[in-house]
Amino acid sequence: MLWDLIDIIRDNWLLLLIGQYPNGPLGGFAATLILSTLSIALAFPISILIAFARLSKNPLLLWPSTILVYVARGVPLLMLILWVYFMVPLLIGANVPGFVTMLVTLVIYEGAFLSEVVRGGIVALGRGQMETARALGHSYFGAMLYVILPQALYNVMPSILSQFVSAIKETTLGYVINVPELTFAANQISNQLLTKPFQVFFILAIIYFLVCWTLTRLALTLERRIARKRAGMPGIPLSLNPQSQTAEL
Amino acid sequence: MQDFDLTAILLNPEFRGMLVGGLWMTFVVAIGSWCLAMSLAILLLVVRLLPGRVTEWVVSAYVAYHRNVPTLVQLMLWYFGISSLLPDDLQIFLTDNNGEAVFAIIALGLCQAAYFSEDLRSGLRAVATGQMEAARALGHGFVGTMRYVLMPQAVRNALPALINHSVSLFKNSSLAMAIGVAELTHAVKEVENQSFQTFETYLIATIAYLVCSLAIMAAGAALNRRVSISGAR
Repeated sequence: MLWDLIDIIRDNWLLLLIGQYPNGPLGGFAATLILSTLSIALAFPISILIAFARLSKNPLLLWPSTILVYVARGVPLLMLILWVYFMVPLLIGANVPGFVTMLVTLVIYEGAFLSEVVRGGIVALGRGQMETARALGHSYFGAMLYVILPQALYNVMPSILSQFVSAIKETTLGYVINVPELTFAANQISNQLLTKPFQVFFILAIIYFLVCWTLTRLALTLERRIARKRAGMPGIPLSLNPQSQTAEL
Repeated sequence: MQDFDLTAILLNPEFRGMLVGGLWMTFVVAIGSWCLAMSLAILLLVVRLLPGRVTEWVVSAYVAYHRNVPTLVQLMLWYFGISSLLPDDLQIFLTDNNGEAVFAIIALGLCQAAYFSEDLRSGLRAVATGQMEAARALGHGFVGTMRYVLMPQAVRNALPALINHSVSLFKNSSLAMAIGVAELTHAVKEVENQSFQTFETYLIATIAYLVCSLAIMAAGAALNRRVSISGAR
């Protein structure tokens, strides 16, 4: 059993790492990491805009952003992937690779969930910060940019990291539309070997576990450090926990 | 693209039957795995309360595994992997008796149990330690203290997180489509393939999912309002 695992890894490590890269599209673990990193990087600025819209009193901003967040929270990611798979070629008039479909879906989905994290950070900061900044002569957006956001984003850093872990886990759904990533590579190996599905999927689970567990530990350490720092500051609730809002898959 | 026509799907008995059947299967998978997850979560919580480091370590390893491995991979490990290790008779029996759904319920239930047990544990930790001591001083045994004093407060504390995770469990039931369970997303693909009315089919399914999720959220919020005690911490 153990020898099977070692054999499979020895024979297929390159496929698991980069897919069929020089001869085909980049896949495997590299594609998983690129996809999740890009999706969080692109979703982050969008999420700040959505959070602003969710906090504004203008119904033209408030309503669409609220609907977007509730749709993302209420509809399975798989359904969203099907929508993007169908709509994007219609809108731009050309076929796009599965990688792009998955990226667009994840940016929308993660953007909505991250916006709740950012909004939680801003709300948890309390009104005093905004009022003080306005009293000192900042405009609303000046106060947001120079006073509120730097503090709020610093405080929610651990939640952003756990959202990144969610994004890594969500890239596995690309398998359904044949995006060449880690889960897809494992399925290829399993189909090749035919007789060792347990061993192959066990290896797959271990790889995901090692990566996500390390990042989760990192988020926890970061959270403790930030909580310690904030313990010295009065007026900020320590029980800020937007994590219960994040998606998990 | 054809003209927008919802009735072409809704009034067609074959398509409507497939979608309703899919929705039914989604409920079976979601409710089945919810029950499994909740019973297992309570068991995990009890095991964690037992003295001893080994049990503590085992439960936290269980939780860490199920929270850090993608749910789809857990489903595949159960359906393709663990099923292949079972005795032949059982494999044949499962293939004949909707084994996909059984494995989907097991995999989703085991995965969600980790989340539920963590919710309950942090709910329990938020109850003041004085409560335990006061209840014991008043003559309750350990089980009585748990049953009548600590757990009612812990579940109240944990309710918002439990509801959030119940919604994700409902959403995650769509992943069962990847191992061939004929639930709603699976039915959507079939109807789309046969009717070519992609937009309408997706719209119907999206609304169905959204209505169910929002209903769970609203019911949870109502429950939360009903059981919360004003002025309690």
